[in-house]
Amino acid sequence: MAISKAKANNPIIKKFFLYMLLIVVTIFMIGPFLWLLSTALKSGSENIFQYPPKLLPESPTLTNFVKVMDTFPFWRYLFNSVVVAVLTVFLNVLFCSLAAYPLARMKFRGKNTIFILVLSTMMIPFQLLMIPVYIISLKLGLQNTYMGMVLPHVTTAFGVFLMRQAFLTVPKELDESARMDGANSFQIWWRILMPLVKPSMVTLMIFTFVSAWGDFLWPLIIVNDQDMFTLPLGLNMLQGTFTSDWRLIAAGAIISMIPIIVFFLFLQRFFIKGAMNGAIKG
Amino acid sequence: MKTNKLTPYLFLLPGLIILGAFIFYPMLQAFWLSMTDYNMIADAEFVGTTNYENLFQDDLFWKTLTNTFIYLIGVVPALVIIPIFLAVLVNQKLKGIGFFRSAYYIPVVTSLVVAGIAWDWVYKENGLLNYVLDILNIISEPIHWLTSTQTAIFAVMVVTIWKGLGYYMIIYLAGLQSIPNDLYEAADIDGANWWQKVTRVTIPMLMPFVLIVTIMSSIAAMKVFEEIYIMTGGGPLHSSETLVFYIYTEAFDRLNMGYASAAGVVLFLITLVLSIINIKFMGKDNTA
Repeated sequence: MAISKAKANNPIIKKFFLYMLLIVVTIFMIGPFLWLLSTALKSGSENIFQYPPKLLPESPTLTNFVKVMDTFPFWRYLFNSVVVAVLTVFLNVLFCSLAAYPLARMKFRGKNTIFILVLSTMMIPFQLLMIPVYIISLKLGLQNTYMGMVLPHVTTAFGVFLMRQAFLTVPKELDESARMDGANSFQIWWRILMPLVKPSMVTLMIFTFVSAWGDFLWPLIIVNDQDMFTLPLGLNMLQGTFTSDWRLIAAGAIISMIPIIVFFLFLQRFFIKGAMNGAIKG
Repeated sequence: MKTNKLTPYLFLLPGLIILGAFIFYPMLQAFWLSMTDYNMIADAEFVGTTNYENLFQDDLFWKTLTNTFIYLIGVVPALVIIPIFLAVLVNQKLKGIGFFRSAYYIPVVTSLVVAGIAWDWVYKENGLLNYVLDILNIISEPIHWLTSTQTAIFAVMVVTIWKGLGYYMIIYLAGLQSIPNDLYEAADIDGANWWQKVTRVTIPMLMPFVLIVTIMSSIAAMKVFEEIYIMTGGGPLHSSETLVFYIYTEAFDRLNMGYASAAGVVLFLITLVLSIINIKFMGKDNTA
């Protein structure tokens, strides 16, 4: 007891154990990706099904990546994913901020009802709506279009709520004095409020981007033209096509993972901060 | 303060049009569809409660509902408890801690298709997991994780948990950082040890966050689809098929739109109950 207490109080040993623990968890969290990467780097002559499994490739090669790029229209899917994600983010921030402005700073009839109505949409699972939304989208001619993938997600209760909370923190005197200077409501929203709520906007942008980027169920339903596939859809099909060649599946998965990882590494500060903001405010 | 009376409504218009067209109207239509026979080709035919009656007599429906609850019971406690430890771990003032926070968050940003493929490969008969369990002497022969009715649903569950850990960890991290430091200082003065500080200060102060995570993760667990679709296709023998997977296949493979809508309404009602509990808790505590 006395010894273990001394141990626990020794800062170097404590640090050592903490780092060991951190590393073990890291292996669990990114291990599956590293194992996939190792498989993608193994050459055709190496048996990838051998037991015990070889953690490192004998002679690492990029041929699987080259091969998969020939059959997997990565750039096309990447382009589609980028268009869908950017459009979703842009329209979402725009519509949610527009709607949040009167809800935060104006008095009008039906304000509470509208706010509650908007919030209540959080309780409705998309999985209940997907059938009628599919039928409506077909009628609107949205099948196999970017707009079809984007429109159902461009206003969210979370976004309206987050932006409303952000607008509420801006002192009211600011818009009053702008109004005295002759600014109209639109100018107040665009010139005064929007620049002041950038952190919340970034939070909303990142959240929307990640969910649009990873979205699978809705694109799976609304898109059947392979030219319109996003990366997750393309990858899912790749998995079906190369059931026997795991090297190629692994290479395709690694390639399609790169864009979001790069995006994340550039913005990781905002990710963690944004997620924390979202948690506190949401 | 002179503004046009229409101004607030004009600002709300784009958002409300979207919500109306893609949430409110579809919701009414979902209820209506659930009382019709509709296959996308012939006109919808009103059949009253027939779909619900058939649903409740369908063994597969009950099977998928049971699986969904198994999922809920397995996933929620794991996602409520493990991220607390992770958050405490990455809340230490250590060199390079930012790297670990980011590493734990990577599964959150990766699409489920990539995650599913990565785990599929880990779960292979000659794969990494069986090897690790073998050298640790936990198993004597390889387990067919995704193709055995005994293990498939649990194997997929692990992926759901693994992918959610980082997200909830960050929520708890926000919670941890909102705890005033003087509470710990006071505990130090009282001679509290590490464990006492955790149980007397950290956990009570984290309770609002625990509630948020409980509800968020239970609603998410109710809606599980992608992992199942990608890794097991609901099999073997429907052993890993969940309610949303059932709705999807009824609607988009068999084109039983009315019948699938009835199953959707059941999903909605269960989610609604979870959400109401959520609002009750959140209403009680606005500080979180």
